[in-house]
Amino acid sequence: MKLLEYEGKEIFEKYNIPISARLGIIKMGEDAKSIGLKNGQCIIKAQVLAGGRGKAGGVKLAKTKEEAYEIIENMLGMKIATHQTHGKTLIVKEVLIEEAANINREIYISIVMDRKEATPMIVASAEGGTSIEELAKTKPELIIKTPVDINTGVQDFQARELAFALNIPAKNFREFTALIKNLAELFKDYDASLVEINPLIITAEGKLIALDSKIVTDNNALFRHKDLQAKEDHEASEIEKEAKEIGINYIGLDGNIGCMVNGAGLAMATLDTVKLAGGNAANFLDVGGGANVEQITKAFQIILKDKKVKAVLVNIFGGIMKCDDIASGIVQATKKVDLNVPLIVRLEGTRVKEGKQILLDSGIKITQADSLWEAARKAVKSI
Amino acid sequence: MSILLNKDSRMIVQGFTGAQGTFHAKLCMEYHKNIVAGVTPGKGGSKHLNIPVFNTVKEAVKKTNADSSLIFVPPPYAADSILEAAHAGIEVIICITEGIPVIDMVKVKKQLNIMKNAGKKINLIGPNCPGVITPEECKAGIMPGYIHKKGPIGIISRSGTLTYEAVWQLTQANIGQSTVIGIGGDPIQGMNFVDALKMFHEDNETKAVVMIGEIGGSAEEDAAAFIKEKMDKPVFSFIAGKTAPPGRTMGHAGAIVEGNSGTHALKIEALKNAGVTIVENLSEMGKVVKTNLKITAN
Repeated sequence: MKLLEYEGKEIFEKYNIPISARLGIIKMGEDAKSIGLKNGQCIIKAQVLAGGRGKAGGVKLAKTKEEAYEIIENMLGMKIATHQTHGKTLIVKEVLIEEAANINREIYISIVMDRKEATPMIVASAEGGTSIEELAKTKPELIIKTPVDINTGVQDFQARELAFALNIPAKNFREFTALIKNLAELFKDYDASLVEINPLIITAEGKLIALDSKIVTDNNALFRHKDLQAKEDHEASEIEKEAKEIGINYIGLDGNIGCMVNGAGLAMATLDTVKLAGGNAANFLDVGGGANVEQITKAFQIILKDKKVKAVLVNIFGGIMKCDDIASGIVQATKKVDLNVPLIVRLEGTRVKEGKQILLDSGIKITQADSLWEAARKAVKSI
Repeated sequence: MSILLNKDSRMIVQGFTGAQGTFHAKLCMEYHKNIVAGVTPGKGGSKHLNIPVFNTVKEAVKKTNADSSLIFVPPPYAADSILEAAHAGIEVIICITEGIPVIDMVKVKKQLNIMKNAGKKINLIGPNCPGVITPEECKAGIMPGYIHKKGPIGIISRSGTLTYEAVWQLTQANIGQSTVIGIGGDPIQGMNFVDALKMFHEDNETKAVVMIGEIGGSAEEDAAAFIKEKMDKPVFSFIAGKTAPPGRTMGHAGAIVEGNSGTHALKIEALKNAGVTIVENLSEMGKVVKTNLKITAN
């Protein structure tokens, strides 16, 4: 789960990680003036899950409160596309208004779950503000990595080493070592996979402030985080959320061939095969291991909600589930949903012959295929 | 020879009496009689599926000499079950459970490494995996048994049904398998590709390896480095997720492209460099392996 900047900062506050004073949050449809700004400079930030929003007009400085209200009005509903949104545009639904800070220095700090080392890893650089991926490409020697022991947290010596390596001024030394220890605690307590402060600034007045926040948490651990469960998933689309509620793993894509597959790996491979056959998948959909009538019916309903869909490809490998049961499920499901696009089915595995016969005898217009490749080609051709 | 499991493996099932445990243990027992006991805390002393149930793994090992374990325990308690098995002296631990928090697995891995460094022999497979099968000898997982056939190909994969697809194509082409290992789709897991490749490399019965990877992480790149340096057996590979959009998790928690790491292109490049035969079209897996093995045999 990815948290918005202000949600992350609320957690930062609990862990004594210094942030700019919050002047308010305005959601779409709310009156900007309701936060009653005082005169003076403030910063207005679009709350979207996209790095690089500053360059796309999602972060603005206001010199007066009148100017601030105007910026807020304009920013709400604005569309933002950055290098991190991968061609999609996001609509700004909330803005955060904060006190402006006088930046003297920018530092990069994050903790990320390092898969290879199987440990949380602190990744830091004395040169913050820019994208860490860019820095990794151009100046990898400026990136410092320190593993965090999951049981004991950041040791004092590690925090000191890091502070020296980042040239933290003597005045901020203790403040910094406390911050890095707290950040690691937060990472562990919230089952995070990423916690990032970019930038961590030292102000002209000599104060440390986390100017931005990025927190990504582990969905597997949601069961032990009641506070996160209550939060809205800002990344998933409406269809994706609906699918999730009924235990179907669905991700919307840009193509027009709806796909229903059992198993995540096979589902990914099916999308690849559709592409190889000259088409584009409209979605990733894993019906799971069960794949009974109810799940298959729901999966059809979910797929057909996307109006781009011009054909549906079903690719099921019946292992423990038998193909004849799956075929009956498909027949019953198609009767329940109003299917008015071509349906291509590829069944393989246990009792496949019986399964194919059931589809044939059903009287429903179904194009059958013997291999995934044949199914993909037929689906592409049917459009 | 096969790796990890054979006809003499003595297996227990943790989470034996639950719905998943019962269903799959039954199928494993029908495939081959390797399961000697089950463990469910609080149900010790009873019998389930005609075999004894114990309260602890320690007790089960003591009474039955079990050497391997299959875990179906729900996610909040599964990490603890892995450690229980390891501490009881189980050497091959196969965790099927999907949805274990990543931080729990970090703790498990740390513990297991300490135990391994102290000389204990432990192989963890999974979590979130279909399990391991040595065809016609031992089935330890949720894969359909009948699609497999005994033979010379070792298979390693991060995915379930995708593996069945590949195995089925090989079996249809009359090419059997030595051992099939699903290492699972989680970001932090027990056995990785390199560990499995090492075992297949040393196994006399295995003549070639099929490796089924997916986007995310660097397991395929690490495997490529190992293959380049050490392997002389032919390796075939299919990598899923070529068309997956970056930044989104495709079902498996581990299958995600973040920034420039874990991309399909980088993995294919590394594998090609190591001399691995890339299967671009999944439907041609059986055909490609068959054609290439004939050439090698000549």
